[in-house]
Amino acid sequence: MRKIAIYGKGGIGKSTTTQNTVAGLAEMGAKVMVVGCDPKADSTRLLLGGLAQRTVLDTLREEGEDVELLDVRKTGFGGILCTESGGPEPGVGCAGRGIITSINLLEQLGAYAESEKLDYVFYDVLGDVVCGGFAMPIREGKAQEIYIVVSGEMMAMYAANNICKGIVKFAEAGGVRLGGLICNSRKVDNEQEMIKALAEKLGTQMIHFVPRDNVVQRAEINRKTVIDYEPGHEQADEYRMLAKKIAENEKRVIPKPLAIEELEKLLIDYGIAA
Amino acid sequence: MLLRHTTKDIKERSALTVNPAKTCQPIGAMYASLGIQGCLPHSHGSQGCYAYHRSALTRHYKEPVIAATSAFTEGASVFGGQANLLQAIDNIFTVYNPDVIAVHTTCLSETIGDDIPQIINKAKADGKIPDGKYVIHANTPSYVGSHITGFSSMTKAMVDYFSSSNGQRQKTINLIPGYVEPSDMAEIKRIAGEMGISSLMFPDTSRVLNGPMTGHYRMFPAGGSTIKDLESTGNSLGTIAMGRTASLAAARALDAKCKVPYEMIDLPIGLHATDIFVDSLRKMAGVNVPESLSLERGQLLDVIADMQQYFYGKRVALVGDPDQVLALTKFLVSIDMCPVYLVTGSAAGKKYQKALEEATNDVPHEVRIKVGGDMFLLHQWIKNQTVDLLIGNTYVKYIAKDEDIPFVRYGFPIFDRIGHSYFPSVGYRGGLRLVEKILDAILDRKDRDSTDINFELVL
Repeated sequence: MRKIAIYGKGGIGKSTTTQNTVAGLAEMGAKVMVVGCDPKADSTRLLLGGLAQRTVLDTLREEGEDVELLDVRKTGFGGILCTESGGPEPGVGCAGRGIITSINLLEQLGAYAESEKLDYVFYDVLGDVVCGGFAMPIREGKAQEIYIVVSGEMMAMYAANNICKGIVKFAEAGGVRLGGLICNSRKVDNEQEMIKALAEKLGTQMIHFVPRDNVVQRAEINRKTVIDYEPGHEQADEYRMLAKKIAENEKRVIPKPLAIEELEKLLIDYGIAA
Repeated sequence: MLLRHTTKDIKERSALTVNPAKTCQPIGAMYASLGIQGCLPHSHGSQGCYAYHRSALTRHYKEPVIAATSAFTEGASVFGGQANLLQAIDNIFTVYNPDVIAVHTTCLSETIGDDIPQIINKAKADGKIPDGKYVIHANTPSYVGSHITGFSSMTKAMVDYFSSSNGQRQKTINLIPGYVEPSDMAEIKRIAGEMGISSLMFPDTSRVLNGPMTGHYRMFPAGGSTIKDLESTGNSLGTIAMGRTASLAAARALDAKCKVPYEMIDLPIGLHATDIFVDSLRKMAGVNVPESLSLERGQLLDVIADMQQYFYGKRVALVGDPDQVLALTKFLVSIDMCPVYLVTGSAAGKKYQKALEEATNDVPHEVRIKVGGDMFLLHQWIKNQTVDLLIGNTYVKYIAKDEDIPFVRYGFPIFDRIGHSYFPSVGYRGGLRLVEKILDAILDRKDRDSTDINFELVL
């Protein structure tokens, strides 16, 4: 079983990319579980056709400690198993602790047990690694592989670089490695080259360049992944390609984060100046 | 009337606990850690936590309880506790030189999300853990479960960190005693020894928290499970785990890790539960029950029979930890007492509740059970219809005094009496002691309340 965590700046398209990619993996016949680690609980919306999921933490709060796996796990598109951690409303409580609690609970309930015969577990994690709770998915024995969703916008690259700093800390003591950058295009000038160069400097690879296409929005408003909504569309093939590349990827590294000056230079060389 | 505000009228409560019958996870983890020889428990959190946990254990055992702390400040809660723990590990091995540091977490470190295995690995990589020394850990947020949960997690950590199997089965049997007194642990070992069985017990706090006064202070007393013992638990013939909530996790982990099969039984409190314990030992080791144990059994049986008239029909209220409450309830029912009010401080699941209901099926009274309740509720029940005997920890004495009910101290903590550290309540002899204490309480009351006419010399 491969456990994979997806990180990236807020709003970059992590959840959309993750769901479309796992849809591709499911199409290839893989058994996948998605664990949404975002208090908004929208990491499995496209797979389940809406926000139909009761979150782990809501269930825990309402039913006490006698929770069963079936209470918190639903099957979505292509047999993908979907769970959502959930968490507090914005401005209250502790979302980080929520993730720790919910991943521990899923383990206790045997969601990762061998009998489940999972090929992949994907953790879709909220925005930046802002506190200890958000690093829970990459603790020892959890996800061993991380992909960062990024675009050619400066703040997205800045966030990706920051996430790499977090990975280094966990990688040095444990087994977690960076699998690559997924470029989710924002149609920035020279985007593909720039992210390739960034990946190279970080010591990793740009595993795939996902072009921007409005079909993603259309599928999203219909609560579906592109692969589900318009299987024949070329954008669906892009996600299939990304899924295939992740399935075959063997390059896993400890990243080398950039100093801020280096990052700015990269932007100037490829972006504004070019 | 210290509890004069307790009302007879019972209102449904969902978000309020009054006079809890449990305490927090790290206390159990600390107690379990002390059952490893040469181990310094380490509290990863602020100083207040560790001071309270140490003093709670010291008050109960009347022994010095050692521990260290990460001494979190505002800075640690913002930046995480890694720097503090690394420094602590370094200091502890330099200054106190224990064989093992057993780290347990606190609410604060759990909430900021410190990844303890990662920090331990870093300490190892930085050369802060000398060769042949160990740092183990258990996650013990106090907002989950109780001291029993903490005890259970630290006991499981002993398996996770130490147990290993070299493929050669030894004739030894592992004993996981559950959250019981040092005297109980010694008694459980003694019974196995009496049957000629070589056993490995973990954790083992006997001779750690009930040691002798020798005139010399030893930071690390002679008792406790040794590292070697803990390692070889993976080669044992089998495991007998006592008390589901405290011991099942470790027994299961050992089965999963080293394929050592386990037998899950109740705490050996009273005649029948001890019979089951002895029988499990007999079957697992393939030995006969020696005459000496049959004698002890016969003595307990004799006393129960002799005094049956004083047990018969007595209404008892019982509050404590789930494993103890279940085993004790069964024992009380077996000697014709009527446990009518049963409260556990911590939740223990639907199956547990069912087991209690089954145990009290034949009690000819309305039986009230609250798994995950508090002493306030117990007191309210008593105000509605009183009982003849109260059994629980020291905190129950307020109810006993207000309601003028005979009271037997049992469980954790007992701050105001001694004895529990030295005289077991498990096994046949322990059963004898329990029966003695119950009779003392009931008969003292009978004498006190007798008129001159019915005041009897011989009972």
